[in-house]
Amino acid sequence: MTYTALFFQLLQNALVLCIAPLLLGWINQCRALLQNRSGAGVLQPYRNLIKLFFKDAVLADNASPLFRATPYVLFACMWLAAALVPVLATDLPLSPAVDVIALVGIFALARVFISLAAMDIGTAFGSMGARREMLVGFLAEPALLMVLFTASTISQSTSLITIVETLAHKQFVLYPSMTFAGVAFIMVLLAENARIPVDNPATHLELTMIHEAMILEYSARHLALVEWASALKLLAYMTIGFALFMPWGIAESGDWKAVPLALVLLFIKLIAGGAGLALLETLTAKMRIFRVPEFMGTAFLLAVLGLLTHFLLEMPA
Amino acid sequence: MNIPFTAQIINMCAAFLLLIAFAMLSQRRILSLINLFAMQGLVLSLSTAVVAYSSNQTHLYYSAGLTLLLKVLLLPWILHHLIRKLNIKWDVETLFNIPTIMLVGLALVVFAFNLAAPISQMAGTITKSTLGIAMATVLLSFLMMITRSKAVPQVVGFLAMENGLFFAATSATYGMPMVVELGIALDVLVGMFILGIFFFQIRVAFDSLDLKHMEKLKED
Amino acid sequence: MEIFWILGIPLLGGFVMAALGTHRLAPELNSAMSFGTLLAAVGLTVRVISSGSFSVWDEQFFVDAFNVFLVALTAFVGFTSSLFSRPYMRIEQHHGKLSVNMLRLYYSMYQLFSFTMLLALLTNNMGILWVAMEAATLTTVLLVSLYRTPASIEAAWKYFILCGVGLAQALFGTILLYFAAEKILGAGGTALLWTHLNSVKTQLEPTVLSLAFVFLLVGYGTKVGLAPLHNWLPDAHAEGPTPVSAVLSGLLLNVALYAVVRSKVLVDGALGSHFAGNFMMGFGLLSVVMAAFFLTRQKDVKRMFAYSSIEHMGLMTFAFGMGGPVATFAGMLHMTVHSLTKSAIFFAVGHAAQTSGTQLMDGIRGLIKTSPTIGWGLALGTLAILGMPPFGVFTSEFLILTTAMHAYPWTMPFLLTALGVAFAAIFGRVQMMVFGETTGERLPHPPALIPVFVHLILVLLLGLYIPPYLSAWYRQATALIG
Repeated sequence: MTYTALFFQLLQNALVLCIAPLLLGWINQCRALLQNRSGAGVLQPYRNLIKLFFKDAVLADNASPLFRATPYVLFACMWLAAALVPVLATDLPLSPAVDVIALVGIFALARVFISLAAMDIGTAFGSMGARREMLVGFLAEPALLMVLFTASTISQSTSLITIVETLAHKQFVLYPSMTFAGVAFIMVLLAENARIPVDNPATHLELTMIHEAMILEYSARHLALVEWASALKLLAYMTIGFALFMPWGIAESGDWKAVPLALVLLFIKLIAGGAGLALLETLTAKMRIFRVPEFMGTAFLLAVLGLLTHFLLEMPA
Repeated sequence: MNIPFTAQIINMCAAFLLLIAFAMLSQRRILSLINLFAMQGLVLSLSTAVVAYSSNQTHLYYSAGLTLLLKVLLLPWILHHLIRKLNIKWDVETLFNIPTIMLVGLALVVFAFNLAAPISQMAGTITKSTLGIAMATVLLSFLMMITRSKAVPQVVGFLAMENGLFFAATSATYGMPMVVELGIALDVLVGMFILGIFFFQIRVAFDSLDLKHMEKLKED
Repeated sequence: MEIFWILGIPLLGGFVMAALGTHRLAPELNSAMSFGTLLAAVGLTVRVISSGSFSVWDEQFFVDAFNVFLVALTAFVGFTSSLFSRPYMRIEQHHGKLSVNMLRLYYSMYQLFSFTMLLALLTNNMGILWVAMEAATLTTVLLVSLYRTPASIEAAWKYFILCGVGLAQALFGTILLYFAAEKILGAGGTALLWTHLNSVKTQLEPTVLSLAFVFLLVGYGTKVGLAPLHNWLPDAHAEGPTPVSAVLSGLLLNVALYAVVRSKVLVDGALGSHFAGNFMMGFGLLSVVMAAFFLTRQKDVKRMFAYSSIEHMGLMTFAFGMGGPVATFAGMLHMTVHSLTKSAIFFAVGHAAQTSGTQLMDGIRGLIKTSPTIGWGLALGTLAILGMPPFGVFTSEFLILTTAMHAYPWTMPFLLTALGVAFAAIFGRVQMMVFGETTGERLPHPPALIPVFVHLILVLLLGLYIPPYLSAWYRQATALIG
């Protein structure tokens, strides 16, 4: 483990932590522009976080230790996930741990904790949010796994590092399986990150909430950590998407001079991805809750189709 | 593994056909169903044209043109005309549980792929791997026919099944002889006309096109 | 040359009747055209018997002893049915059930239907065979729903969907057949010609052909009415007008079975095993047993006889499945006599229903009093179809049963039970219908019963004595099937 590798790992960790709110701010700004509003500026999430950290935390009397630990667990999980995904380079010290199944497991762990915490206080909205979150997660997880498996079968390994390296070096071939997987991944991204058309992140109507309902009871630093974790989750998903479908530019093993280029490319991808997400959110309307299983079912279907078409069309006959 | 570019396009078209078959399975609106059917015809004729180009079989160009004329222009036009006349343009029907249907559809796709595998190996065309997708489309259209309770979607499922069979013919054998294809096209066209007349009869007798009214003739 | 007339007259007739169908003499015109077709068919038959099989027009049409007898049968029954439909449809019109426009549709579709069936029989191209079968389905859909009652529309819809799906399977089977043939015969139109396929059948790929046969059997078998794909048959027969039931039962089922047998010849050559035969026997046996038991519960007379058709078609499929000269001969004889008898029965039943005003068997009584000719026609026809000697059905059933006893003794209990059950059910009901007490009146127009008795006399003759030229003809056909 060379010192440069360690340096770049720490750089990556710090980077994802810092730019996650920026990504969120950028998406909100794009949405505002598309909706003909002037928006709050791309730095607004930072201001929110700072404001929250200076407030006094208020907890319910019957809050258990789980409730108090959850924001920290959530934050840690999401930071880990975002830091693991290769955004700058593929040969970092933590790279051997980057297994797609492990990533899904980290997200699942976070989901369990937040759902339990939501039910912990005993309010109606918390339970409702937890139930809905589980409904979405129950269907989203298999879809995500199938997408990742498709990429894995193409590159013969479940390590995200190997996937990135294999896919970056293939010629530009139209893979129907990756097309299906890509569409499925976008659908899962929208569902897991509580975006329209599954859930409106800017809503204040409790009955329409999924994700927001679970964090109604949090305040001050706890709320700040949870919000930051959500931003990190979005960043993690987007970088996984880039790693699977647009892996060009990530510095290969040991090639440290390519890292600045990777940084620039990352920013370009995030800007484009964020704008695309904002556009998608503006163009679609939020679905009714009972349609969400259909939506997720379609995502699962597409992911499985991607896998099947890979076996049928792209394996050597 | 270097697949030539034309084969990639054909594979993409095949994948889209499968996608459209699933989309039709879960559509609630009759109007979008007909549009999906037209799109399926378009993808089909595009794929046939690419096969014609890459394998130098000129009769496939005629085939592609015939498909375009019949399934992208004529049949959807007739269907649109019908639903306007029958006043069911904005009809939305409730389907059975969509996720369950999707899962059954997936199982059918796996079954179709398995069924087609031995035949694909024996084929001599460049598109032999798409035979599985053709069979899957046929089975999905069949599933669509079974799970629908209105007359027009059932007929669209029937036509989609015919599309799948056509694709199977193109992918396994570079298409049937021209005379047979013309005969099939004629059958489909005449069939549509007869169905059009028939729908009106159904409407007059039952005052709706819901097929639940037509379950009276049973064994006592 | 005769083929041109055989196909041309009905095709042209369809359009002529569409134009002139409302004319007062339309029924006579219809019968005249069918008669013309019959004459051409007789001419063709004579030619084939004397000079053997031949193909016409760049090998697109092929006539041998097997399909020429079916062509003759189709033309004959088509003609007699058109004679029957003259007064029958007049009475229906008189009763107000049909309008002149419906009759125009009826006559033009009748001619087109004859065209499609004859095309299916005479074509050499397996693809065109499919096209003709699909066209036959299409022409009859509107005929089944002719009365525009809710029940008839439901029957027609079921018919269309079930036969459409079935034929789609048959199309897939044809595609697979073409796929196997293309390897040996090369791409292009000749790979689907039956004569070519027949000459290279031993070289065709066995796995593909066995899969193709399954699809072809299921597909064309739906049109034959084999269980479990028979659901459309009772409804279509019961709700359509009687002449349509007669031609469906008498002709369309035969043509579909012809398609299955042609495919079987190819598959037998390719596989060399009894695979195809076993499948056919299985379906046939299932149909016989199932039909016999459903028969007992029917209340509508036409539905009952429709199930009887399913039973007989099952028996024929079973016979062709067994293979061998005796069974095949019996199968073809059964095709002929069943066609004649069943259409005769439907003629009689049609008039009986008209006399009594209902198709329910409880409502039809004492035909012997209200209309003796109808009563006797129905009674004799029923005796014939139930396999009483000396009618022809007895001969063919006897041959089939003895072959089965020799080769497949385990099927005997099923066959005998089924035939017995059907006998008891039909006989009991018909006896009540013909000899019961009644207060009905006579019909406004005299019923057309000459066709009934002509058919029955023919069946009787075939039962008593098969002329040597006819048996030679059948033997030629048997040899072709193998």
